Amino acid sequence: MSDKTLTRMDLSEAVFREVGLSRNESAQLVESVLAHMSDALVDGETVKISSFGTFSVRDKAARVGRNPKTGEEVPISPRRVLTFRPSHLMKDRVAAGNKR
Amino acid sequence: MIRSELIQKIADENPHLFQRDVERIVNTIFEEVIEAMARGDRVELRGFGAFSVKQRDARVGRNPRTGESVDVDEKHVPFFKTGKLLRDRLNGN
Repeated sequence: MSDKTLTRMDLSEAVFREVGLSRNESAQLVESVLAHMSDALVDGETVKISSFGTFSVRDKAARVGRNPKTGEEVPISPRRVLTFRPSHLMKDRVAAGNKR
Repeated sequence: MIRSELIQKIADENPHLFQRDVERIVNTIFEEVIEAMARGDRVELRGFGAFSVKQRDARVGRNPRTGESVDVDEKHVPFFKTGKLLRDRLNGN
């Protein structure tokens, strides 16, 4: 394991290497991909990327939480959460790549 | 939304690009994320979320049908944590 952290910059660099676009345009394309995925999710859509995984939005009901430090009860309002379910291909490649 | 619809949206916004190049661009982005995680790296996309690899320790599992115990090796699984901006947007903030 190399334990590095990649960012948008590394993704746009990969796009830049793959297709003959400028670095600037590559960065903008990475941004649009993330923006379109985010917009669809905010609209409540499921985003299903074959051989990558599925992002879906789930509704969580209101519940009573507790401040673990003070023990005080605090109401937690209903909210929407995003879950990601990796594809089998992703799971297999991640498991194989990190095997010792 | 599925992969092909995402590609179409990007293609519509970029009429100067060939459809096949848009496909390569979108596929490269997802491929890069998988390759990073296969190396054990994290991918942090501020505002959207972060992909990382979590280790699951070896354990003794059980075959639910026969009740027989089986050794399950340690393994690594992909994990995604939603970014703050997207989490807030999902809740209308």
